[in-house]
Amino acid sequence: MSEQKKGQSIEEKQYLVRFNADTKSHLHVKDTEICITSCPDKICTIFCPAEIYKWEDIRMHVGYEGCHECGSCRIGCPHQNIKWEYPKGGHGIVFRLG
Amino acid sequence: MSEKFDCIVVGAGPAGISCAFELAKGGAQVLLIERGEYPGSKNVMGGVLYRKMMEDIIPEFYKEAPLERPIVEQRFMMMDKESAVTFGYKGMEWGQEPYNNFTVLRAKFDQWFAKKAVEQGAILVNETVVLECIIEDGKVVGVRTDRPGGEVYADVVILADGVNSLLAQSLGFHKEYRTDEVALATMEVLKLDTKVIEDRFNLEPNQGCTIELFGDATKGILGTGFLYTNKDSLSIGVGTLLSGLVKHKIKPYELLEYVKNHPMIRPYIQGSESQEYLAHLIPEGGYRSMGRIVGNGVIVIGDASQLVNAIHREGSNLAMTSGRLAAETVLLAKEADDFSEGMLDRYRVELMKGFVGQDMKKYKNSTHHFDKFPQYFEQYIPMMNKAASQMFTVDGSSKWQKQKKIWNDLGSAKEKMKLAKDMYRAWRVIK
Repeated sequence: MSEQKKGQSIEEKQYLVRFNADTKSHLHVKDTEICITSCPDKICTIFCPAEIYKWEDIRMHVGYEGCHECGSCRIGCPHQNIKWEYPKGGHGIVFRLG
Repeated sequence: MSEKFDCIVVGAGPAGISCAFELAKGGAQVLLIERGEYPGSKNVMGGVLYRKMMEDIIPEFYKEAPLERPIVEQRFMMMDKESAVTFGYKGMEWGQEPYNNFTVLRAKFDQWFAKKAVEQGAILVNETVVLECIIEDGKVVGVRTDRPGGEVYADVVILADGVNSLLAQSLGFHKEYRTDEVALATMEVLKLDTKVIEDRFNLEPNQGCTIELFGDATKGILGTGFLYTNKDSLSIGVGTLLSGLVKHKIKPYELLEYVKNHPMIRPYIQGSESQEYLAHLIPEGGYRSMGRIVGNGVIVIGDASQLVNAIHREGSNLAMTSGRLAAETVLLAKEADDFSEGMLDRYRVELMKGFVGQDMKKYKNSTHHFDKFPQYFEQYIPMMNKAASQMFTVDGSSKWQKQKKIWNDLGSAKEKMKLAKDMYRAWRVIK
């Protein structure tokens, strides 16, 4: 969308949030081949509210450290290709307000 | 730790805490397990907490709970790109006891509420994920956690693990949700001076206002936006069905920026400073998406059982009532020493008899209906704006001429027929 520049970027938004990231990812793309061959839209890179999914030529980069644990990617992946678990107890996002 | 409790409650949100509070108060030994650093650290809502259902649990809670503002005005904006038709209700009776509802910040409120449950005798364990239910002879008898040796047993396990209830799913109580059964909401808390908030929203001190945003706030996709007043901050957010974001390829945070920069909204938030950005799913499939909520030794409450009334932006109150009713049933089951599905089914019966079940049933077709017929948000809200603009713009033409023009703008006889049919259909699904 063209109005992106006008507002605050996702990087700026994510900067406001506290994360206590685990050393291991709680999110896994089950089969990258599916992303390459069957998923031209890579819609997870669009609807993820923290933009943690980024397509890098031949693989999906998963920046799990910034995950809000909302569950959208698990439900929204058109190929059910994302293994989604909760981060280890006490880890992950820490909301201070909302 | 292979301890045994009367009851284990998984998840310290409004449903789980209500349930743990009532159980502990009734003399049961209850373990409340929370995966976050503290209750509230994973929890998100726009911010409206309803007084009645909370008072059913803690009378006069508003005298000590960390609340933001009692709401005295609720506005609804039907937005087009550069205009809005607004209506609402403001009443002084909402500004005094017993109050109607309050804005809250969940991280603060949930911590306080959990503390009250602990004071009743519930044991709260934070930073612990429940990985699965332990099943023996077709009956849930405990949970396995991610703590070393972390098996805990109980007569009943209450699943209050929220919209992503992997536990209820793994029991086969419901299938994975579809993208049109959940809404993805993003919100921000914006710091703004108390006095400025009161001036901008026409409020006295300790009064609050909520504004619900329809139409262009979600670019015509099924969903809503909101702008709520806290003490010295505003909560602004927007939620749409996940299916809508997928279909229109919209980034949720860009939609949020769009709302923040909308000419109808921008003046309210000008000069504020972002304090936090949050994203969460809302279960909006309604009655038809509710799976099983009772089994042998297990009960599902709150978001985990899809208890949200999306039309009226209610959820935390349904959660609290479900938690309270579950506790009532567990206490009776304890007395009878019977934790079978047949006994625990009393919870489902009571839930469906009361306002929760009645409202879930009343709106059972609403999400699906408004999703299937996008013209309500895409066409009729802009049409409403255009009609208001024409009627209220004084340009020398007579009111009869104006009415005629508005009537003609509704389109051909066939299009008018369709409009009438749509209005009737909308009435049918919400009546």
